[in-house]
Amino acid sequence: MMVYAAIASRTFRRYATYRAATAAGVFTNSVFGFIMAFTYIALWHARPQLGGYDVADAVTYVWLGQSLLAPAALFGGGFQDEFSERIRSGDVAIDLYRPVDLQSWWLASDLGRAAFQFLGRGILPTFFGALAFDLTLPPRPGTWLAFLCAVFLGVVVSFGIRYLVCLTAFWLMDSTGVQQVAGFCGMFFSGMVLPLTVFPGWLGDVSLLLPWAACLQVPVDVFLGKHEGVQLLQTLGFQAIWAVVLLLAGRALSSLATRKVVVQGG
Amino acid sequence: MTTTQPHPKTSPLIELSGIAKTFVVRRRVGRLRRTRAEVHAVSDLSFTVSRGEMVGYIGPNGAGKSTTIKMLTGILVPSAGLLRVAGIEPSRERIQLARRIGVVFGQRTTLWWDLPLRDSFGLLRRIYKIPPARYRENLDRFVDLLDLGPLLDVPVRQLSLGQRMRGDITAALLHDPEVLYLDEPTIGLDIVSKARVREFLREVNAGQGTTVLLTTHDLTDIEQLCSRVMVIDHGRLMYDGDLDGLHSLGDSERTLVVDLAEPLPAIEVDGGRVVRVDGPRQWLAFPAAASAAPLVAAIADRYPLADLSIQEPAIEAVIARMYAEGVAS
Repeated sequence: MMVYAAIASRTFRRYATYRAATAAGVFTNSVFGFIMAFTYIALWHARPQLGGYDVADAVTYVWLGQSLLAPAALFGGGFQDEFSERIRSGDVAIDLYRPVDLQSWWLASDLGRAAFQFLGRGILPTFFGALAFDLTLPPRPGTWLAFLCAVFLGVVVSFGIRYLVCLTAFWLMDSTGVQQVAGFCGMFFSGMVLPLTVFPGWLGDVSLLLPWAACLQVPVDVFLGKHEGVQLLQTLGFQAIWAVVLLLAGRALSSLATRKVVVQGG
Repeated sequence: MTTTQPHPKTSPLIELSGIAKTFVVRRRVGRLRRTRAEVHAVSDLSFTVSRGEMVGYIGPNGAGKSTTIKMLTGILVPSAGLLRVAGIEPSRERIQLARRIGVVFGQRTTLWWDLPLRDSFGLLRRIYKIPPARYRENLDRFVDLLDLGPLLDVPVRQLSLGQRMRGDITAALLHDPEVLYLDEPTIGLDIVSKARVREFLREVNAGQGTTVLLTTHDLTDIEQLCSRVMVIDHGRLMYDGDLDGLHSLGDSERTLVVDLAEPLPAIEVDGGRVVRVDGPRQWLAFPAAASAAPLVAAIADRYPLADLSIQEPAIEAVIARMYAEGVAS
């Protein structure tokens, strides 16, 4: 366990050294937050209570989306670029002869990154949003705590998806295409473009059951207090189940990959 | 074939018996059709390495060297055969084995580009769970031997290739592995760096008794380090024995370099044959075992001789001929 903590803290520190990138990210997320907040306000004035949100909920949704975009790597990225490049170049051989578990290694690394991006890139945009708009803030500390749990599980689910995407590089030699498709799915089905509760009919129902929902829609709904009591536990359970399923699938696929497939390069 | 077993009594640390590795490759034929082709990277490979040996493992590109090392580290699973390293089946207990082996891939680095060397080593200490006292002792020794002191606080991306390689070798040895696999450890290094790496490896092998398996294209590595050499080609073991045996096996020839007073057609003389002509200079090959004197006398007798020199058989040439002819073991 100590190893994985060391890896997580190393990645945290590594991201912490990219100060300019962090500042640029905060700036971009904040600008987009303002643009989308005004768009949402216009939309919710035309259609009050759309998706079960009032205007304050909808604006809060926008700012949390901007804050979680980087930590939950909704558009892909994080460890993904490094790992798929290591598979493509064959450097993954080095990861494989170390006395560590491949998946746990990258999970630890991605959690370290997410922790930094949550603190360094996530808090400020929502803080700016709260200065400029009326946001729905959780009144009870328990809800804040539940929100942090939901964000953590969301990051793990996001990792599970991105890890599987990376592993396709063992077969496809280059997973860029798959990454782009997955990134698009991530943006759309996480609820980054619009809340999933807004989608009509079966599209809304199905998208709320897909793993991407666990990355953004669920944490935001927990923040907004849409899930309380038993329902809150069920919601966190929904995330946890996807996390476990995806991590197990990743384990199975990586052992298949290392068994059946060429580790590239001499 | 002459096979020497330097330590016949000790039990083998590495044991391969009938090891094969076959890759299935799909090739496009026509627009949509694809055929499956099997590539035999390694076929029926058997050898043993005893504790404390330093073995050179050579062969042309694509011969199966790296595939063998990947199987020995447990990264690749053999398609057939029996493989044991320190009594462990590598692919089945990869993580267990990883604590007991060290690996250096000359063309890759185990260090972290953005971290200073010291922090990379610190992370490896945690990965391999090296006791602090042992870690400090080892690090001090390697820093001293490889002259790493001034480099410890430099990020790896700023190191030269030779400096990085010294860092990589240290990284592979911090946890006191029983076996060290080196895949082209001197590739791309200048002469001074090569000499330093070789000296260090000799020290580790002699001092710690670390078993070393070394692949290389630089035969000087083998000549200076290894008492035993294995030659592999097309996935098969072609030779396993000492260097002298390799010389005699290769049917060596020496080369007589003759400078004539003027450019002339190829010299015709008994006991030697011209292999190259360049203006007044000609190269004649003759058996390594034969004396050069009669040949020189015969040439001086009939041609205007200005100068001459004799080149000893290069191990490169022996091995190149072996690769070309596919000498069966």
